[in-house]
Amino acid sequence: MYQIIQKERLNEQIYSMWIEAPQIASVVQPGQFIILMIKEKGERIPLTVADFNRKEGLIRIVFQVVGKTSEELSTLSEGDGLYSFIGPLGKKTEIKNYGTVINVGGGTGIACIHPIARALKEAGNQVISIIGARNKDLLIMEEELKKVSSKLIITTDDGSYGQKGFVTQVLKRLLEEDNSIKKVWAIGPAIMMKVTCETTRPFPVETIVSLNSIMVDGTGMCGSCRVTIGGESKFVCTDGPEFDGQLVDWEEFMNRLIRYQEAEKKSWAIYHKESHHCHCEGRK
Amino acid sequence: MAEMIPTKERMKREQVAMPEQEAQERIHNFQEVPLGYSSEQAIYEAQRCLQCKNPSCMKGCPAEINIPRFIQKIVEEDFQGAYLEILKTDNLPAITGRVCPQEEQCQKYCVLEKKKKPIAIGRLERFVADWARKNKVHGKLSTNIIKGKKVAIVGSGPAGLTCAADLAKLGYQVTIFEALHKPGGVLVYGIPEFRLPKSIVEYEVKEIENLGVKVVTDIVVGAAISVEELAQEYDAIFLANGAGAPRFMNIPGENLNDVYSANEFLTRSNLMKAYAFPEYDTPIKIGKKAATIGAGNVAMDSARTALRLGAEKSYIIYRRSRKEVPARAEEVHHAEEEGVIFKFLTLPIKVLGDEKGNVIGMECLKMELGEPDESGRRRPIPVPDSNFVIEVDMVIDAIGTSANPIVARSAPGVENNQWGYFIINEETKETTRAGIFAGGDIVRGSATVISAVGDGKRAARSIAKFLSSGGSLKN
Ligand SMILES: Cc1cc2nc3c(=O)[nH]c(=O)nc-3n(C[C@H](O)[C@H](O)[C@H](O)COP(=O)(O)OP(=O)(O)OC[C@H]3O[C@@H](n4cnc5c(N)ncnc54)[C@H](O)[C@@H]3O)c2cc1C
Ligand SMILES: Cc1cc2nc3c(=O)[nH]c(=O)nc-3n(C[C@H](O)[C@H](O)[C@H](O)COP(=O)(O)OP(=O)(O)OC[C@H]3O[C@@H](n4cnc5c(N)ncnc54)[C@H](O)[C@@H]3O)c2cc1C
Ligand code: SF4
Ligand code: SF4
Ligand code: FES
Repeated sequence: MYQIIQKERLNEQIYSMWIEAPQIASVVQPGQFIILMIKEKGERIPLTVADFNRKEGLIRIVFQVVGKTSEELSTLSEGDGLYSFIGPLGKKTEIKNYGTVINVGGGTGIACIHPIARALKEAGNQVISIIGARNKDLLIMEEELKKVSSKLIITTDDGSYGQKGFVTQVLKRLLEEDNSIKKVWAIGPAIMMKVTCETTRPFPVETIVSLNSIMVDGTGMCGSCRVTIGGESKFVCTDGPEFDGQLVDWEEFMNRLIRYQEAEKKSWAIYHKESHHCHCEGRK
Repeated sequence: MAEMIPTKERMKREQVAMPEQEAQERIHNFQEVPLGYSSEQAIYEAQRCLQCKNPSCMKGCPAEINIPRFIQKIVEEDFQGAYLEILKTDNLPAITGRVCPQEEQCQKYCVLEKKKKPIAIGRLERFVADWARKNKVHGKLSTNIIKGKKVAIVGSGPAGLTCAADLAKLGYQVTIFEALHKPGGVLVYGIPEFRLPKSIVEYEVKEIENLGVKVVTDIVVGAAISVEELAQEYDAIFLANGAGAPRFMNIPGENLNDVYSANEFLTRSNLMKAYAFPEYDTPIKIGKKAATIGAGNVAMDSARTALRLGAEKSYIIYRRSRKEVPARAEEVHHAEEEGVIFKFLTLPIKVLGDEKGNVIGMECLKMELGEPDESGRRRPIPVPDSNFVIEVDMVIDAIGTSANPIVARSAPGVENNQWGYFIINEETKETTRAGIFAGGDIVRGSATVISAVGDGKRAARSIAKFLSSGGSLKN
């Protein structure tokens, strides 16, 4: 059992948890992920490592409620245990001193770029982070990102906080103003990563995205996570999760993300009916 | 009391057939197909054994079971004795009794094979193991604990489990590291419930744990801990991580939504129990017309699983002819009984999809057989302009697996060959680094449970020798 040491609700749909997993905490690097199971009958879901504490042997995950498993996870409390917690999986982010870099985060992607931004800054980079949300209430981890960035820019779709608009608009402006920028990391919903890559394409920067394919084992055994990168089939769990965003076959990737939509809807509906854990009741 | 049957009478008897679930019934469930012998059937079959002075059957058993001796105990109705006899050398009898390709192993060498009625050794072994499980009969624990000698094993498939059990019986302290959340390797994630119930694997693993073996799940060696780190903490290491990376055809359309590797399809169904969705959370696609590419045991398992999940048509697509089919005859027979449709001399060249990424068909070429190739089988060659489309809505690639490099990358000094399989000394199973041994599929490529068991046994013997003569990775 892997104990939940601390739990926090970051917004309407996003939760943060610190999990006791000393072996993983001792070796994990930015960019890597874990796979967890809540219970024996549960499914294996991948989540990026949002932070780690090597001394206390803790791993932080930040997840959004999008379906049955993520919702069930959100109902667990501090002191509860998870059935399985495996990692660190995937390749680590290539951290070097690139000069000036930009980290773009959307939704839970903000949590994913957090350890990456921190490592990039520690490696001497000038780190500009751009984080966005639909509105002020949905924005997460502002303080933490501020600490690990040289500069933090916030956008909201409705203008309720920071700059009004999308992260890509800010990104475009920055790239136009500063041609010394070498590398961009963009992590968030698939559509946000795709649009970011379109934004950066005309500029001489490399855009790294972190793909969130549907996985089973996470160790290269099943091929569920495969996606075409530059015309070649790759496994996100072992060849990624980070790839050059310009080479990703976005259409295929996004199609493969909805492979089980029907079944997932059914399972979520049954869960609601059986557990009465409807989202509004869960709120305390 | 043991009933002595005259040799002549023994020779007259036919092999006792295995009672089975009816095909039309079993395609609607995941319960085991063969039902197992009753005590009477087992005794009747056991009585046929000639109790050869030089039992040639034993030549074919890498698990080194004393076959005539355990069979004689069945004749004597001493089932407990029979179990303890098997357990002396085979730690997974309910498993090997079910999935061993006996016709290629022990039974091939039985003297009665010439008369086409070898003793049904596997079925008898299965009977004994099932009897012991039901009657709560257990093996003996080791009493001579050798303190301070620790062995790490990577992977909990049949190779790792066997090596662990044999070392524990000798008194060594063994820890198995397993990447998945359940131990068993292919026995839990690959081989379907209807051929090998998972509760049985669980039971035999528990029995091995009861010998004192520690099984740590959820640890990916090469990610959470390296082989190098293990080498600093353990006196010897056995690498038994299997050959788990799936191969694909590399044809257009293979990343469409409803194209699975057999590994993914079977893992979802077996390990994650997607066949019991939504009671279990992991979903699986249930196509109406499923095409499985390949004709090995894994392909048979996939095609039969697809039927049970509700496919109306389940095809096996194979580029050679019926004669070259690599799967066990019994598996092919079972598949045909259940309605699996075989398309021979057919080579898929493209998976066709709609705009949403769903599979709507598969383009294939007709093949004909040419001259024999290196493997001695006649080489399939495409017939020009023979393209045709099979209407299917799901495809399963069952064309084999290869080595996953995760473990190897974290094991300096342990060399592998061009395919990523560890290079070992065939005799001792030692790798190119002293104190580190390897066996099972990660050495020979996808093979069989019994060959993995054999490797585990031989490695355990070498490890014991290495340790007892003062060897250790730590110094
Ligand atoms: C390497 C990796 C890292 C990830 N990191 C995070 C993270 O840090 N925080 C976080 O909230 N989520 C992350 N995800 C996504 C997360 O795994 C899914 O949200 C989760 O599996 C959904 O499970 P569910 O049962 O709640 O929802 P489901 O019922 O399975 O799905 C609900 C909806 O989510 C979509 N979905 C399903 N699986 C995925 C998936 N793997 N990725 C994206 N969408 C999916 C489906 O299309 C469906 O519409 C990551 C995924 C990967 C592969
Ligand atoms: C569908 C299918 C059906 C089959 N049917 C039969 C049959 O009927 N009869 C037969 O004799 N053979 C059959 N086989 C073949 C047989 O199962 C294998 O040859 C045998 O299981 C190999 O045993 P192993 O111990 O070498 O490896 P595996 O059984 O593959 O076990 C390896 C274990 O190592 C673990 N592992 C891998 N990487 C790591 C890591 N980095 N860290 C920690 N652990 C790791 C894996 O998760 C796995 O549990 C079948 C195979 C398949 C796929
Ligand atoms: S383990 Fe396999 S080869 Fe050995 S006796 Fe049993 S069935 Fe035959
Ligand atoms: S060879 Fe056949 S008949 Fe002879 S001992 Fe072995 S099983 Fe019995
Ligand atoms: S998740 Fe199975 S291979 Fe990547």
